[in-house]
Amino acid sequence: MEAQHNITLPEGSIEKQTTTLNFGPTHPATHGVFQNIMEVDGERVVSTVQTVGYIHRAFEKLAERRPLYQITPITDRLNYCSSPINNMGWHLTCEKFLKVETPKRVDYLRVIIMELARISDHLICNSIVGVDTGAYTGFLYVMQYRELIYEIYEEVCGSRLTTNIGRIGGFERNFTNAAFTKLEKFLNEYPKVLREFEGLFTRNRIFMERTQGTGGISAARAMNYGFTGPNLRAAGVDYDVRVQQPYSSYQDFDFTVPVGTTGDNYDRYLVRNAEMWESISIIRQAYEKVQAFKGTEAEVFHADVPEYYLPKKEDVYTKMEALIWHFKIVMGEIDLPKGQIYNAVEGGNGELGFYLVSDGGRTPFRLHFRRPSFIYYQAYPELIQGGMISDAVVTMSSLNLIAGELDA
Amino acid sequence: MALSNETIQSQLEAKFADQVHTFSTESGILSFESPKEINLKVLQFLFDEPSLGFTFLTDLCAVNYPDNIGAELVVVYHLHNFTENIRLRYSVATSIAAPDVFTASKLFESANWMERETYDFFGVNFVGHANLKRILNVDEMDYFPLRKEFPLEDQTRIDKDDEMFGRG
Repeated sequence: MEAQHNITLPEGSIEKQTTTLNFGPTHPATHGVFQNIMEVDGERVVSTVQTVGYIHRAFEKLAERRPLYQITPITDRLNYCSSPINNMGWHLTCEKFLKVETPKRVDYLRVIIMELARISDHLICNSIVGVDTGAYTGFLYVMQYRELIYEIYEEVCGSRLTTNIGRIGGFERNFTNAAFTKLEKFLNEYPKVLREFEGLFTRNRIFMERTQGTGGISAARAMNYGFTGPNLRAAGVDYDVRVQQPYSSYQDFDFTVPVGTTGDNYDRYLVRNAEMWESISIIRQAYEKVQAFKGTEAEVFHADVPEYYLPKKEDVYTKMEALIWHFKIVMGEIDLPKGQIYNAVEGGNGELGFYLVSDGGRTPFRLHFRRPSFIYYQAYPELIQGGMISDAVVTMSSLNLIAGELDA
Repeated sequence: MALSNETIQSQLEAKFADQVHTFSTESGILSFESPKEINLKVLQFLFDEPSLGFTFLTDLCAVNYPDNIGAELVVVYHLHNFTENIRLRYSVATSIAAPDVFTASKLFESANWMERETYDFFGVNFVGHANLKRILNVDEMDYFPLRKEFPLEDQTRIDKDDEMFGRG
Protein backbone atom coordinates (compact mmCIF):
# COMPACT_ATOMS: atom_id res chain seq x y z
CA MET A 1 0.00 0.00 0.00
CA GLU A 2 1.15 3.46 -0.81
CA ALA A 3 2.32 5.64 2.01
CA GLN A 4 -0.32 8.07 3.18
CA HIS A 5 0.45 11.66 2.26
CA ASN A 6 -0.34 14.25 4.82
CA ILE A 7 -0.90 17.85 3.94
CA THR A 8 2.46 19.58 3.76
CA LEU A 9 2.47 23.16 4.94
CA PRO A 10 5.04 25.67 3.79
CA GLU A 11 7.97 25.92 6.15
CA GLY A 12 7.50 28.36 8.97
CA SER A 13 3.76 28.70 8.45
CA ILE A 14 2.90 27.34 11.91
CA GLU A 15 5.35 29.61 13.70
CA LYS A 16 4.22 32.61 11.67
CA GLN A 17 2.26 35.06 13.77
CA THR A 18 0.42 36.73 10.91
CA THR A 19 -2.30 35.47 8.62
CA THR A 20 -2.16 35.59 4.86
CA LEU A 21 -5.40 36.94 3.44
CA ASN A 22 -6.26 36.79 -0.23
CA PHE A 23 -8.36 39.85 -0.92
CA GLY A 24 -9.75 39.82 -4.43
CA PRO A 25 -9.53 39.59 -7.42
CA THR A 26 -13.32 39.31 -7.55
CA HIS A 27 -14.20 40.34 -4.04
CA PRO A 28 -17.38 42.46 -3.87
CA ALA A 29 -15.61 45.09 -1.77
CA THR A 30 -12.88 45.78 -4.32
CA HIS A 31 -15.28 47.21 -6.94
CA GLY A 32 -13.23 45.88 -9.80
CA VAL A 33 -10.63 43.28 -10.56
CA PHE A 34 -8.01 43.94 -7.91
CA GLN A 35 -6.11 41.32 -6.02
CA ASN A 36 -4.22 41.93 -2.82
CA ILE A 37 -2.33 39.29 -0.93
CA MET A 38 -2.30 40.76 2.54
CA GLU A 39 -0.37 39.79 5.62
CA VAL A 40 -2.65 40.63 8.51
CA ASP A 41 -2.04 40.62 12.23
CA GLY A 42 -5.50 40.27 13.66
CA GLU A 43 -7.33 42.96 11.75
CA ARG A 44 -4.31 45.12 11.07
CA VAL A 45 -2.62 45.09 7.70
CA VAL A 46 1.09 44.38 8.00
CA SER A 47 1.93 44.35 4.33
CA THR A 48 0.29 43.73 1.01
CA VAL A 49 1.30 42.70 -2.47
CA GLN A 50 -0.93 43.69 -5.36
CA THR A 51 -1.52 41.71 -8.50
CA VAL A 52 -2.78 43.63 -11.50
CA GLY A 53 -3.39 42.88 -15.14
CA TYR A 54 -6.45 40.66 -14.96
CA ILE A 55 -8.25 42.69 -17.61
CA HIS A 56 -5.27 43.80 -19.63
CA ARG A 57 -6.40 44.16 -23.25
CA ALA A 58 -3.24 45.40 -24.97
CA PHE A 59 -4.71 48.74 -26.01
CA GLU A 60 -1.31 50.18 -26.82
CA LYS A 61 -0.61 47.35 -29.25
CA LEU A 62 -4.10 47.54 -30.76
CA ALA A 63 -3.67 51.26 -31.33
CA GLU A 64 -0.62 50.63 -33.48
CA ARG A 65 -2.80 49.25 -36.24
CA ARG A 66 -5.69 51.68 -36.11
CA PRO A 67 -6.21 55.05 -37.74
CA LEU A 68 -6.77 57.84 -35.22
CA TYR A 69 -10.57 57.83 -35.23
CA GLN A 70 -10.66 54.10 -34.48
CA ILE A 71 -8.66 54.64 -31.30
CA THR A 72 -11.44 56.69 -29.70
CA PRO A 73 -13.50 53.61 -28.74
CA ILE A 74 -10.38 52.16 -27.10
CA THR A 75 -10.09 55.20 -24.87
CA ASP A 76 -13.70 54.68 -23.73
CA ARG A 77 -12.61 51.56 -22.01
CA LEU A 78 -9.91 53.13 -19.88
CA ASN A 79 -11.76 54.99 -17.14
CA TYR A 80 -15.27 53.90 -18.03
CA CYS A 81 -16.83 56.08 -15.32
CA SER A 82 -15.90 59.16 -17.32
CA SER A 83 -15.39 57.95 -20.89
CA PRO A 84 -16.21 61.32 -22.48
CA ILE A 85 -13.14 62.88 -20.86
CA ASN A 86 -10.97 60.14 -22.31
CA ASN A 87 -12.55 60.59 -25.73
CA MET A 88 -12.09 64.34 -25.62
CA GLY A 89 -8.56 63.94 -24.32
CA TRP A 90 -7.75 61.77 -27.30
CA HIS A 91 -9.39 64.18 -29.77
CA LEU A 92 -7.55 67.10 -28.21
CA THR A 93 -4.26 65.22 -28.50
CA CYS A 94 -4.89 64.48 -32.17
CA GLU A 95 -5.95 68.05 -32.83
CA LYS A 96 -2.86 69.43 -31.17
CA PHE A 97 -0.72 67.00 -33.12
CA LEU A 98 -2.42 67.80 -36.43
CA LYS A 99 -2.57 71.51 -35.58
CA VAL A 100 -6.34 71.72 -35.90
CA GLU A 101 -8.01 74.85 -34.53
CA THR A 102 -11.44 74.18 -33.07
CA PRO A 103 -14.18 76.82 -32.97
CA LYS A 104 -15.04 78.28 -29.55
CA ARG A 105 -18.50 76.77 -29.57
CA VAL A 106 -17.01 73.30 -29.94
CA ASP A 107 -14.68 74.01 -27.02
CA TYR A 108 -17.56 75.10 -24.80
CA LEU A 109 -19.72 72.12 -25.75
CA ARG A 110 -16.79 69.88 -24.95
CA VAL A 111 -16.34 71.58 -21.60
CA ILE A 112 -19.99 70.87 -20.81
CA ILE A 113 -19.60 67.19 -21.63
CA MET A 114 -16.27 66.86 -19.83
CA GLU A 115 -17.55 68.49 -16.67
CA LEU A 116 -20.67 66.32 -16.72
CA ALA A 117 -18.37 63.34 -16.96
CA ARG A 118 -16.28 64.63 -14.07
CA ILE A 119 -19.43 64.98 -11.95
CA SER A 120 -20.54 61.44 -12.78
CA ASP A 121 -17.05 60.13 -12.00
CA HIS A 122 -16.74 61.91 -8.65
CA LEU A 123 -20.32 61.02 -7.83
CA ILE A 124 -19.63 57.33 -8.21
CA CYS A 125 -16.39 57.54 -6.28
CA ASN A 126 -17.80 59.47 -3.35
CA SER A 127 -20.95 57.45 -3.09
CA ILE A 128 -18.96 54.21 -3.21
CA VAL A 129 -16.83 55.50 -0.36
CA GLY A 130 -20.15 55.95 1.41
CA VAL A 131 -21.20 52.39 0.59
CA ASP A 132 -17.93 51.04 1.95
CA THR A 133 -18.41 52.88 5.21
CA GLY A 134 -21.89 51.41 5.51
CA ALA A 135 -24.15 54.09 4.05
CA TYR A 136 -25.98 52.82 0.99
CA THR A 137 -28.60 55.56 0.79
CA GLY A 138 -26.43 58.22 -0.79
CA PHE A 139 -25.27 55.85 -3.51
CA LEU A 140 -28.76 54.83 -4.47
CA TYR A 141 -30.01 58.39 -4.37
CA VAL A 142 -27.40 59.98 -6.62
CA MET A 143 -27.67 57.15 -9.17
CA GLN A 144 -30.70 58.95 -10.58
CA TYR A 145 -28.56 61.88 -11.52
CA ARG A 146 -25.82 59.82 -13.02
CA GLU A 147 -28.63 58.34 -15.09
CA LEU A 148 -29.63 61.84 -16.16
CA ILE A 149 -26.04 62.57 -17.18
CA TYR A 150 -26.01 59.36 -19.20
CA GLU A 151 -29.24 60.46 -20.88
CA ILE A 152 -27.53 63.67 -21.90
CA TYR A 153 -24.69 61.64 -23.43
CA GLU A 154 -27.30 59.56 -25.17
CA GLU A 155 -28.88 62.65 -26.70
CA VAL A 156 -25.49 63.85 -27.88
CA CYS A 157 -23.87 60.67 -29.18
CA GLY A 158 -26.34 57.81 -28.86
CA SER A 159 -24.63 55.74 -26.21
CA ARG A 160 -24.25 55.79 -22.48
CA LEU A 161 -21.24 54.10 -20.95
CA THR A 162 -18.68 53.58 -23.69
CA THR A 163 -19.57 56.79 -25.40
CA ASN A 164 -17.21 57.24 -28.36
CA ILE A 165 -18.39 60.84 -28.20
CA GLY A 166 -17.21 63.47 -30.63
CA ARG A 167 -14.80 63.30 -33.52
CA ILE A 168 -11.44 64.86 -34.31
CA GLY A 169 -12.45 68.47 -34.86
CA GLY A 170 -15.69 68.52 -32.92
CA PHE A 171 -18.88 66.55 -32.52
CA GLU A 172 -20.57 64.16 -34.91
CA ARG A 173 -23.75 66.26 -34.81
CA ASN A 174 -25.05 69.36 -33.14
CA PHE A 175 -26.57 69.10 -29.68
CA THR A 176 -30.32 68.56 -29.92
CA ASN A 177 -32.81 70.66 -28.03
CA ALA A 178 -33.60 67.61 -25.94
CA ALA A 179 -29.97 67.53 -24.83
CA PHE A 180 -30.13 71.14 -23.71
CA THR A 181 -33.48 70.59 -21.98
CA LYS A 182 -32.00 67.69 -20.05
CA LEU A 183 -28.93 69.75 -19.24
CA GLU A 184 -31.18 72.49 -17.82
CA LYS A 185 -33.06 69.92 -15.79
CA PHE A 186 -29.76 68.66 -14.46
CA LEU A 187 -28.53 72.15 -13.59
CA ASN A 188 -31.78 72.93 -11.82
CA GLU A 189 -32.13 69.75 -9.82
CA TYR A 190 -28.67 68.47 -9.18
CA PRO A 191 -27.37 71.18 -6.78
CA LYS A 192 -30.19 70.34 -4.38
CA VAL A 193 -29.36 66.66 -4.58
CA LEU A 194 -25.67 67.28 -4.07
CA ARG A 195 -26.44 69.39 -1.01
CA GLU A 196 -28.54 66.55 0.38
CA PHE A 197 -25.78 64.09 -0.45
CA GLU A 198 -23.31 66.25 1.46
CA GLY A 199 -25.80 66.40 4.31
CA LEU A 200 -25.69 62.64 4.50
CA PHE A 201 -21.91 62.41 4.70
CA THR A 202 -19.85 65.51 5.27
CA ARG A 203 -20.58 66.01 8.97
CA ASN A 204 -21.77 62.47 9.60
CA ARG A 205 -20.01 61.27 12.73
CA ILE A 206 -19.61 57.67 11.57
CA PHE A 207 -18.42 58.69 8.13
CA MET A 208 -15.91 61.16 9.54
CA GLU A 209 -14.48 58.67 11.99
CA ARG A 210 -14.15 56.03 9.33
CA THR A 211 -12.42 58.29 6.82
CA GLN A 212 -10.41 60.83 8.79
CA GLY A 213 -6.84 59.77 9.33
CA THR A 214 -7.07 56.67 7.17
CA GLY A 215 -5.27 56.23 3.89
CA GLY A 216 -3.39 59.49 4.29
CA ILE A 217 -0.34 60.57 2.33
CA SER A 218 1.90 63.62 2.56
CA ALA A 219 2.23 66.02 -0.35
CA ALA A 220 5.89 65.12 -0.87
CA ARG A 221 5.21 61.38 -0.93
CA ALA A 222 2.20 61.87 -3.18
CA MET A 223 4.31 63.79 -5.68
CA ASN A 224 7.07 61.22 -5.55
CA TYR A 225 4.48 58.53 -6.19
CA GLY A 226 3.26 60.45 -9.22
CA PHE A 227 -0.17 61.31 -7.84
CA THR A 228 -2.25 63.79 -9.81
CA GLY A 229 -5.84 64.92 -9.82
CA PRO A 230 -8.07 64.92 -6.73
CA ASN A 231 -5.75 62.54 -4.88
CA LEU A 232 -2.82 64.95 -5.15
CA ARG A 233 -4.97 67.98 -4.45
CA ALA A 234 -6.30 66.33 -1.29
CA ALA A 235 -2.69 66.18 -0.11
CA GLY A 236 -2.39 69.94 -0.62
CA VAL A 237 -0.80 70.43 -4.05
CA ASP A 238 -2.91 72.67 -6.26
CA TYR A 239 -2.02 71.01 -9.54
CA ASP A 240 -4.84 70.87 -12.04
CA VAL A 241 -4.15 70.39 -15.75
CA ARG A 242 -7.18 72.55 -16.59
CA VAL A 243 -5.45 75.49 -14.93
CA GLN A 244 -1.79 74.73 -15.56
CA GLN A 245 -2.09 73.87 -19.24
CA PRO A 246 -5.56 74.97 -20.31
CA TYR A 247 -7.10 73.03 -23.16
CA SER A 248 -10.49 73.34 -24.80
CA SER A 249 -10.69 77.03 -23.72
CA TYR A 250 -10.71 76.31 -19.98
CA GLN A 251 -8.95 79.66 -19.59
CA ASP A 252 -12.30 81.35 -20.37
CA PHE A 253 -13.89 79.97 -17.22
CA ASP A 254 -13.82 81.17 -13.68
CA PHE A 255 -13.36 78.38 -11.15
CA THR A 256 -11.29 77.50 -8.14
CA VAL A 257 -9.16 74.44 -7.51
CA PRO A 258 -10.10 72.93 -4.15
CA VAL A 259 -7.24 71.50 -2.12
CA GLY A 260 -7.07 69.45 1.06
CA THR A 261 -4.37 69.20 3.68
CA THR A 262 -3.94 65.68 5.01
CA GLY A 263 -4.43 63.62 1.87
CA ASP A 264 -6.57 61.11 3.76
CA ASN A 265 -9.83 59.55 2.66
CA TYR A 266 -11.91 62.34 4.15
CA ASP A 267 -9.96 65.05 2.34
CA ARG A 268 -10.23 63.17 -0.90
CA TYR A 269 -13.97 63.02 -0.37
CA LEU A 270 -14.12 66.76 0.39
CA VAL A 271 -12.00 67.67 -2.63
CA ARG A 272 -14.19 65.63 -4.95
CA ASN A 273 -17.34 67.16 -3.53
CA ALA A 274 -15.97 70.67 -3.89
CA GLU A 275 -14.94 69.87 -7.44
CA MET A 276 -18.47 68.84 -8.27
CA TRP A 277 -19.68 72.29 -7.20
CA GLU A 278 -17.00 73.86 -9.39
CA SER A 279 -18.04 71.64 -12.28
CA ILE A 280 -21.64 72.76 -11.92
CA SER A 281 -20.49 76.35 -12.05
CA ILE A 282 -18.29 75.66 -15.11
CA ILE A 283 -21.20 73.96 -16.88
CA ARG A 284 -23.44 76.96 -16.15
CA GLN A 285 -20.83 79.35 -17.54
CA ALA A 286 -20.28 77.17 -20.59
CA TYR A 287 -23.99 76.85 -21.23
CA GLU A 288 -24.37 80.62 -21.08
CA LYS A 289 -21.52 81.02 -23.53
CA VAL A 290 -23.05 78.45 -25.86
CA GLN A 291 -26.39 80.23 -25.74
CA ALA A 292 -24.73 83.51 -26.60
CA PHE A 293 -23.89 82.23 -30.09
CA LYS A 294 -26.48 83.45 -32.57
CA GLY A 295 -27.31 82.78 -36.20
CA THR A 296 -24.90 80.60 -38.16
CA GLU A 297 -22.44 80.60 -35.28
CA ALA A 298 -24.95 78.68 -33.20
CA GLU A 299 -24.86 75.90 -35.80
CA VAL A 300 -21.11 75.29 -35.55
CA PHE A 301 -20.28 71.95 -34.03
CA HIS A 302 -17.06 70.94 -35.72
CA ALA A 303 -13.90 72.38 -37.19
CA ASP A 304 -13.17 72.34 -40.89
CA VAL A 305 -10.82 69.37 -41.16
CA PRO A 306 -11.96 67.26 -44.11
CA GLU A 307 -8.95 64.93 -43.75
CA TYR A 308 -10.11 63.69 -40.36
CA TYR A 309 -13.74 64.69 -39.87
CA LEU A 310 -16.21 62.35 -41.56
CA PRO A 311 -18.47 64.32 -43.91
CA LYS A 312 -22.24 64.29 -43.59
CA LYS A 313 -23.85 61.20 -45.03
CA GLU A 314 -26.11 63.20 -47.38
CA ASP A 315 -23.04 64.89 -48.80
CA VAL A 316 -21.29 61.57 -49.28
CA TYR A 317 -24.16 60.47 -51.53
CA THR A 318 -24.41 63.68 -53.48
CA LYS A 319 -21.02 65.41 -53.52
CA MET A 320 -17.83 64.13 -55.09
CA GLU A 321 -15.42 65.71 -52.64
CA ALA A 322 -17.28 64.44 -49.60
CA LEU A 323 -17.32 60.96 -51.12
CA ILE A 324 -13.54 61.08 -51.64
CA TRP A 325 -12.87 62.15 -48.05
CA HIS A 326 -15.30 59.62 -46.69
CA PHE A 327 -13.52 56.87 -48.62
CA LYS A 328 -10.07 58.03 -47.59
CA ILE A 329 -10.98 58.29 -43.92
CA VAL A 330 -12.83 54.99 -43.74
CA MET A 331 -10.14 53.11 -45.64
CA GLY A 332 -7.51 54.71 -43.42
CA GLU A 333 -5.59 56.19 -46.31
CA ILE A 334 -4.53 59.41 -44.65
CA ASP A 335 -0.92 59.61 -43.57
CA LEU A 336 -0.13 61.33 -40.30
CA PRO A 337 2.63 63.89 -40.03
CA LYS A 338 5.89 62.73 -38.48
CA GLY A 339 6.62 63.64 -34.89
CA GLN A 340 5.66 63.02 -31.33
CA ILE A 341 3.44 64.67 -28.78
CA TYR A 342 2.55 64.34 -25.14
CA ASN A 343 -0.76 65.87 -24.24
CA ALA A 344 -2.68 65.57 -21.01
CA VAL A 345 -6.16 66.35 -19.79
CA GLU A 346 -7.55 66.46 -16.29
CA GLY A 347 -9.37 63.15 -16.22
CA GLY A 348 -11.90 62.05 -13.64
CA ASN A 349 -9.17 60.69 -11.41
CA GLY A 350 -6.04 62.54 -12.46
CA GLU A 351 -3.80 63.52 -15.30
CA LEU A 352 -4.69 61.37 -18.27
CA GLY A 353 -1.83 61.63 -20.73
CA PHE A 354 -1.43 60.48 -24.31
CA TYR A 355 2.05 60.02 -25.72
CA LEU A 356 1.78 59.63 -29.47
CA VAL A 357 4.73 58.83 -31.71
CA SER A 358 4.17 58.92 -35.45
CA ASP A 359 6.61 57.85 -38.15
CA GLY A 360 4.48 59.33 -40.92
CA GLY A 361 2.37 56.22 -41.40
CA ARG A 362 -1.40 55.87 -41.25
CA THR A 363 -1.50 54.70 -37.68
CA PRO A 364 0.44 55.73 -34.58
CA PHE A 365 3.90 54.18 -34.44
CA ARG A 366 3.51 54.03 -30.70
CA LEU A 367 0.79 55.22 -28.39
CA HIS A 368 1.20 55.24 -24.65
CA PHE A 369 -1.50 56.11 -22.17
CA ARG A 370 -0.49 57.71 -18.89
CA ARG A 371 -3.14 56.12 -16.71
CA PRO A 372 -3.51 57.75 -13.30
CA SER A 373 -5.07 54.65 -11.70
CA PHE A 374 -2.02 52.57 -12.57
CA ILE A 375 0.16 55.09 -10.80
CA TYR A 376 -2.05 55.43 -7.71
CA TYR A 377 -2.34 51.74 -7.10
CA GLN A 378 1.38 51.44 -6.58
CA ALA A 379 1.07 53.53 -3.41
CA TYR A 380 -1.72 51.40 -2.01
CA PRO A 381 0.41 49.25 0.37
CA GLU A 382 1.94 52.39 1.89
CA LEU A 383 -1.49 53.96 2.35
CA ILE A 384 -3.05 51.01 4.16
CA GLN A 385 -0.08 49.71 6.13
CA GLY A 386 -0.82 49.55 9.85
CA GLY A 387 -4.51 50.24 9.34
CA MET A 388 -7.53 47.99 9.62
CA ILE A 389 -8.69 45.78 6.75
CA SER A 390 -12.00 47.64 6.67
CA ASP A 391 -10.13 50.92 6.20
CA ALA A 392 -8.14 49.36 3.37
CA VAL A 393 -11.44 48.82 1.56
CA VAL A 394 -12.42 52.47 2.00
CA THR A 395 -8.97 53.62 0.88
CA MET A 396 -9.24 51.59 -2.29
CA SER A 397 -12.57 53.20 -3.22
CA SER A 398 -11.43 56.63 -2.23
CA LEU A 399 -8.41 56.48 -4.57
CA ASN A 400 -10.95 56.04 -7.36
CA LEU A 401 -9.17 53.08 -8.87
CA ILE A 402 -10.75 51.89 -12.10
CA ALA A 403 -9.58 48.46 -13.19
CA GLY A 404 -10.14 49.21 -16.85
CA GLU A 405 -7.79 52.13 -16.74
CA LEU A 406 -5.25 50.44 -14.53
CA ASP A 407 -4.81 47.45 -16.80
CA ALA A 408 -5.25 49.27 -20.11
CA MET B 1 11.73 83.91 -12.77
CA ALA B 2 10.41 82.06 -15.66
CA LEU B 3 12.11 78.90 -16.72
CA SER B 4 12.28 78.58 -20.48
CA ASN B 5 13.26 75.74 -22.75
CA GLU B 6 16.40 77.70 -23.73
CA THR B 7 17.52 78.03 -20.09
CA ILE B 8 17.03 74.32 -19.52
CA GLN B 9 19.02 73.53 -22.63
CA SER B 10 21.91 75.86 -21.72
CA GLN B 11 22.05 74.55 -18.15
CA LEU B 12 22.14 70.97 -19.35
CA GLU B 13 24.82 71.77 -21.91
CA ALA B 14 26.88 73.60 -19.30
CA LYS B 15 26.75 70.57 -17.02
CA PHE B 16 27.00 67.66 -19.44
CA ALA B 17 28.69 69.34 -22.44
CA ASP B 18 28.23 67.29 -25.60
CA GLN B 19 26.87 64.24 -23.79
CA VAL B 20 23.38 65.71 -24.06
CA HIS B 21 22.30 66.23 -27.62
CA THR B 22 19.47 66.24 -30.17
CA PHE B 23 17.59 69.09 -28.54
CA SER B 24 14.29 69.88 -30.19
CA THR B 25 11.02 71.50 -29.24
CA GLU B 26 7.73 70.04 -30.37
CA SER B 27 4.34 71.37 -29.25
CA GLY B 28 6.12 73.36 -26.57
CA ILE B 29 7.91 70.41 -24.95
CA LEU B 30 11.70 70.37 -25.06
CA SER B 31 13.15 66.95 -25.73
CA PHE B 32 16.73 65.76 -25.67
CA GLU B 33 18.78 62.59 -25.54
CA SER B 34 21.86 61.34 -23.79
CA PRO B 35 23.84 58.10 -23.61
CA LYS B 36 22.08 55.60 -21.38
CA GLU B 37 25.07 55.39 -19.03
CA ILE B 38 24.45 58.85 -17.61
CA ASN B 39 20.64 58.71 -17.37
CA LEU B 40 20.64 58.79 -13.57
CA LYS B 41 23.11 61.67 -13.47
CA VAL B 42 20.91 63.67 -15.81
CA LEU B 43 17.70 62.87 -13.91
CA GLN B 44 19.35 63.62 -10.57
CA PHE B 45 20.69 66.92 -11.90
CA LEU B 46 17.26 67.89 -13.22
CA PHE B 47 15.76 66.90 -9.86
CA ASP B 48 18.29 68.54 -7.53
CA GLU B 49 19.25 71.74 -9.33
CA PRO B 50 17.03 74.38 -7.66
CA SER B 51 16.62 76.41 -10.84
CA LEU B 52 15.40 73.34 -12.77
CA GLY B 53 13.40 71.39 -10.20
CA PHE B 54 11.97 68.59 -12.32
CA THR B 55 10.72 66.69 -9.31
CA PHE B 56 7.71 65.03 -10.88
CA LEU B 57 7.96 62.04 -13.19
CA THR B 58 4.83 62.19 -15.30
CA ASP B 59 5.43 59.20 -17.48
CA LEU B 60 8.00 56.60 -18.34
CA CYS B 61 7.70 54.33 -21.35
CA ALA B 62 9.68 52.84 -24.19
CA VAL B 63 9.51 52.92 -27.96
CA ASN B 64 10.92 50.25 -30.24
CA TYR B 65 12.62 51.38 -33.47
CA PRO B 66 13.67 48.09 -35.09
CA ASP B 67 15.54 49.85 -37.89
CA ASN B 68 17.92 51.79 -35.65
CA ILE B 69 20.56 49.11 -35.31
CA GLY B 70 22.28 49.37 -31.93
CA ALA B 71 19.63 51.71 -30.55
CA GLU B 72 16.46 49.73 -31.08
CA LEU B 73 14.85 50.57 -27.75
CA VAL B 74 14.35 54.09 -26.50
CA VAL B 75 13.28 54.76 -22.92
CA VAL B 76 11.33 58.01 -22.69
CA TYR B 77 10.93 60.04 -19.49
CA HIS B 78 8.35 62.81 -19.27
CA LEU B 79 9.25 65.16 -16.44
CA HIS B 80 7.30 68.05 -15.04
CA ASN B 81 8.19 71.08 -12.97
CA PHE B 82 4.99 72.07 -11.14
CA THR B 83 6.13 75.47 -9.89
CA GLU B 84 7.36 76.68 -13.26
CA ASN B 85 4.70 74.62 -15.03
CA ILE B 86 7.01 73.28 -17.70
CA ARG B 87 7.34 69.80 -19.15
CA LEU B 88 10.44 68.07 -20.44
CA ARG B 89 11.01 64.93 -22.48
CA TYR B 90 14.22 63.02 -22.01
CA SER B 91 15.12 59.82 -23.78
CA VAL B 92 17.94 57.31 -23.73
CA ALA B 93 18.52 54.70 -26.39
CA THR B 94 19.76 51.18 -25.83
CA SER B 95 20.48 48.21 -28.04
CA ILE B 96 17.99 45.37 -27.98
CA ALA B 97 20.79 42.86 -27.47
CA ALA B 98 21.83 44.36 -24.13
CA PRO B 99 18.84 46.42 -22.99
CA ASP B 100 20.32 47.53 -19.66
CA VAL B 101 19.27 50.93 -18.35
CA PHE B 102 19.76 52.16 -14.80
CA THR B 103 16.57 52.33 -12.78
CA ALA B 104 15.07 55.66 -11.76
CA SER B 105 12.99 54.04 -9.04
CA LYS B 106 15.31 55.24 -6.27
CA LEU B 107 14.70 58.81 -7.33
CA PHE B 108 11.01 58.55 -8.19
CA GLU B 109 8.80 56.05 -6.40
CA SER B 110 6.44 56.23 -9.37
CA ALA B 111 9.13 54.83 -11.67
CA ASN B 112 8.88 51.49 -9.92
CA TRP B 113 5.72 50.26 -11.63
CA MET B 114 6.27 52.22 -14.82
CA GLU B 115 9.62 50.47 -15.22
CA ARG B 116 8.02 47.13 -14.52
CA GLU B 117 5.47 47.90 -17.22
CA THR B 118 8.23 48.89 -19.63
CA TYR B 119 10.12 45.71 -18.81
CA ASP B 120 6.97 43.69 -19.29
CA PHE B 121 6.27 45.03 -22.77
CA PHE B 122 9.72 45.82 -24.14
CA GLY B 123 12.14 43.79 -22.07
CA VAL B 124 14.19 46.77 -20.94
CA ASN B 125 16.31 45.50 -18.07
CA PHE B 126 16.32 48.24 -15.44
CA VAL B 127 19.55 47.66 -13.56
CA GLY B 128 19.13 48.04 -9.80
CA HIS B 129 15.37 47.72 -9.78
CA ALA B 130 14.24 45.97 -6.60
CA ASN B 131 11.41 43.95 -8.09
CA LEU B 132 11.72 43.80 -11.86
CA LYS B 133 9.08 41.30 -12.90
CA ARG B 134 6.10 41.29 -15.21
CA ILE B 135 3.17 43.36 -14.09
CA LEU B 136 0.30 43.28 -16.59
CA ASN B 137 1.12 40.07 -18.47
CA VAL B 138 1.36 36.59 -17.03
CA ASP B 139 4.66 35.61 -15.46
CA GLU B 140 5.06 32.64 -17.81
CA MET B 141 5.16 34.81 -20.92
CA ASP B 142 8.48 34.43 -22.70
CA TYR B 143 8.42 37.35 -25.10
CA PHE B 144 7.98 41.12 -24.95
CA PRO B 145 4.76 41.86 -26.81
CA LEU B 146 5.06 45.56 -27.66
CA ARG B 147 8.28 45.06 -29.58
CA LYS B 148 7.77 45.54 -33.29
CA GLU B 149 8.89 41.99 -34.05
CA PHE B 150 5.48 40.84 -32.79
CA PRO B 151 2.92 42.07 -35.30
CA LEU B 152 -0.76 41.87 -34.52
CA GLU B 153 -2.40 38.87 -36.07
CA ASP B 154 -3.09 39.26 -39.75
CA GLN B 155 -6.86 39.30 -40.27
CA THR B 156 -6.54 37.64 -43.66
CA ARG B 157 -4.55 34.62 -42.58
CA ILE B 158 -5.98 31.33 -43.81
CA ASP B 159 -3.95 28.76 -41.91
CA LYS B 160 -6.35 28.85 -38.97
CA ASP B 161 -9.48 26.74 -39.09
CA ASP B 162 -11.85 29.02 -37.31
CA GLU B 163 -15.26 28.81 -38.91
CA MET B 164 -17.02 30.35 -35.95
CA PHE B 165 -15.28 33.64 -36.53
CA GLY B 166 -15.57 33.77 -40.27
CA ARG B 167 -12.15 32.40 -41.15
CA GLY B 168 -11.19 29.20 -42.90
